[in-house]
Amino acid sequence: MTIRAKLASLASAFAAASITLPAHAHEDGGSGWSQLNMTQGVTDISRKIYDLHMLIFWVCVIIAVIVFGVMIYSIISFRKSRGAIPDITLVHNTKVEAVWTTVPVIILIAMAVPAAKTLVEIEDTTKTELTIKVTGFQWGWQYDYLDDGVAFYSHLDRKSNKARELLSGIDPNSVEHYLLNVDHPLVVPVDTKVRLLVTGADVIHSWWVPDFGVKKDAIPGFVNEAWFRVDADKAGLYRGQCAELCGRDHGFMPIVVDARSKADFAAWLKNTAAQQKQTAQAADTTASLSAPASAH
Amino acid sequence: MADELAHAAAHDDDHDHKPHGWRRWVYATNHKDIGTMYLIFACTMFFIGGGAAMLIRLELFQPGLQFFDPQFFNSLTTMHALIMIFGAIMPAWTGLANWMIPMQVGAPDMALPRLNNFSFWILPFAFTLLLSSFFVPGGAPAGGWTMYPPLVLQTGSSFPMLIFAVHLMGASSILGAINVVVTIMNMRAPGMTLLRMPMFVWTWLITAYLLIAVMPVLAGAVTMLLTDHFFGTTFFTAAGGGDPVMFQHIFWFFGHPEVYILILPAFGIVSEIIPTFSRKPLFGYEAMVYAVASIAFLSFIVWAHHMFTVGMPLAAQLFFMLSTMLIAVPTGVKVFNWTATMWKGSLSFEPPMLFALAFLFLFSIGGFSGLMLAMVPADYQYQDTYFVVAHFHYVLVPGSIFGIMAGVYYWLPKWTGNMYDLKLATWHFWLSAIFVNVLFFPQHFLGLAGMPRRIPDYAVQFTDWNMVSSIGGFAFGLSQLLFPYIIWKCARGGVRVGNKAWEGAHGLEWELPSPAPYHSWTTAPSDAVIARGAAH
Repeated sequence: MTIRAKLASLASAFAAASITLPAHAHEDGGSGWSQLNMTQGVTDISRKIYDLHMLIFWVCVIIAVIVFGVMIYSIISFRKSRGAIPDITLVHNTKVEAVWTTVPVIILIAMAVPAAKTLVEIEDTTKTELTIKVTGFQWGWQYDYLDDGVAFYSHLDRKSNKARELLSGIDPNSVEHYLLNVDHPLVVPVDTKVRLLVTGADVIHSWWVPDFGVKKDAIPGFVNEAWFRVDADKAGLYRGQCAELCGRDHGFMPIVVDARSKADFAAWLKNTAAQQKQTAQAADTTASLSAPASAH
Repeated sequence: MADELAHAAAHDDDHDHKPHGWRRWVYATNHKDIGTMYLIFACTMFFIGGGAAMLIRLELFQPGLQFFDPQFFNSLTTMHALIMIFGAIMPAWTGLANWMIPMQVGAPDMALPRLNNFSFWILPFAFTLLLSSFFVPGGAPAGGWTMYPPLVLQTGSSFPMLIFAVHLMGASSILGAINVVVTIMNMRAPGMTLLRMPMFVWTWLITAYLLIAVMPVLAGAVTMLLTDHFFGTTFFTAAGGGDPVMFQHIFWFFGHPEVYILILPAFGIVSEIIPTFSRKPLFGYEAMVYAVASIAFLSFIVWAHHMFTVGMPLAAQLFFMLSTMLIAVPTGVKVFNWTATMWKGSLSFEPPMLFALAFLFLFSIGGFSGLMLAMVPADYQYQDTYFVVAHFHYVLVPGSIFGIMAGVYYWLPKWTGNMYDLKLATWHFWLSAIFVNVLFFPQHFLGLAGMPRRIPDYAVQFTDWNMVSSIGGFAFGLSQLLFPYIIWKCARGGVRVGNKAWEGAHGLEWELPSPAPYHSWTTAPSDAVIARGAAH
């Protein structure tokens, strides 16, 4: 994009700028004013998180307007250059001090209640319908459908991987979903409570998909739980990244989730299971042919 | 006791017979000389750490990797943090403490001058060790300043250098803190009661206790890393029965009070500057003291808010959310008191006041984003993104760094006897205040839009705000060159100032001549002088 085109897009986006952004801001290819706020996401929890974020944001804005207003008023009105005489007796006022200590306490409690409610919901990992084990490693993800015998690795896609080399000469803008695309996305059904068992193979990673409102550390030796339920009408691709520094290629281990209709997912799972079984058998045969019989 | 010490010191050094040449600095026991060395060291580290920041912003100017290997980029972010925290901000506070605390409490010098020399001279060795790690096989540490295992255990030959550098910095901080506590407790002039002490002395006293409490915890944590790496222990390795998350708990038990170690002295300085340039006593002095003490206490029970995503029990997450939100109450009290100090004052806007006002506005913005980060469900989206980077840079740059600059511009005439170039310092202020926002404000957007921190390259939708941030960064970095130039120029000469460099100034330091004599209060100030200084 030329500078001029960029400025034009900035200007038009600014004109239409609103604090609520479309859920798929990234997919629209915008870069400036379309990238100001948190995504609302595609799950009930992600929307609740967004609402909480906006609530606390506006509370902060209101407090800021009042406090900064008083500061700015003082700076303008009580200037020595305008002949202001200091009132040196004004050093203490129990009433006012009591008010500005108690009011924040009340506001904080009012904020803590909805936050705690949402947190309790997030932590409720009961009644899940599908369990997938997610293992972070240097540098990619392994997905394991524990009940269905399907497992695969997910790495940064080849095009991004080529373009991200030092001085590759490839313009990142020419690569589709630069750094946010993988070879094998995680496939999940919509409208299903999917449980993730998150762990790490070597160092700590963190599995983060903003549209689901899920970020969970993948820690070697620990198994963390997380869950999400994608809206029934929100099938599609959702992208995220590792969110915990995990070494040289920390910036190059994206996450892509392919949310499909329940029927499509079932078909995919069946196919993939059969395929993987076949591959495993073929590998077994090869192994038994090349290895001495005693190996079995 | 205080009497005896003050008396003995007064007899020892009646004349300004300071040693000359290199001996004056290497054998230094004078609080002003040591303070100067601390400040020069901090300024040097500020520019080295700033240089690393410039390289980071250079690589992040546009998507794709143009300059550095990702591993080297990780070294830059790691070293930038370590240098700025342990090399720039903490030594700058100790330098200011050295210069000002004896003058402000009516003492001739710090209580433990030789220890003072030792605690300073550890630092150049610590940082030579740390910085030389760039040149060993495997490069400088790249696992983040938080040193989380198991990643940090993958560090190359620089691993033991990192651990010993941290040990040395910690030892230096502890010794410096002991000196501050002993000086304040034993060297106050008769009549300088605790509740007459200037706010800078109060905040430093509390900071010193925090340092003594938590630096050993950091030392313990990195020692366990060392034995895990070299002696076969498995404190933090799950395969051997250890626990990598335990490191994070121990680290942040140090790390959160550390955050307040970096900011509390700034609270003190701002509490001195705003009354001076409002020509009105500080509003609610006692409330300010109690607020600082409450913040210090709370800082010990909020550490796990740095690690909400590690998978803690629900009850623990709720506890740390509530305790974190509570910190907003005493912090709010401080901001309201500063505002009330300006109310019905008579304000003028010399450079120290300008920096203090920018501190007031911009630190508050950092406070607001801190409140947002306390909300656990929202934190799941903010954690480890540029939103966090924006948050802590707002509290550290226009917070701590502006606090240090405000303090230097406030006391520089006292140190040198000359007024500095006010016009140039005002330029320094406006350039800093504008570009610090161009640099860090867009990082809020980047974080909310989904950009993780500590990545050398990013998806193309993050391009525009990274460019804006980088431009702000370069401009901010360049503007800082004015700072040492203004100080150097002032040290060489300028318009002479009287005892009281600023019309509205109160406090014992302004009762001494400018430049302050080599040995501050060789005879203790009288009660009347102390009462005149304690303007609250």
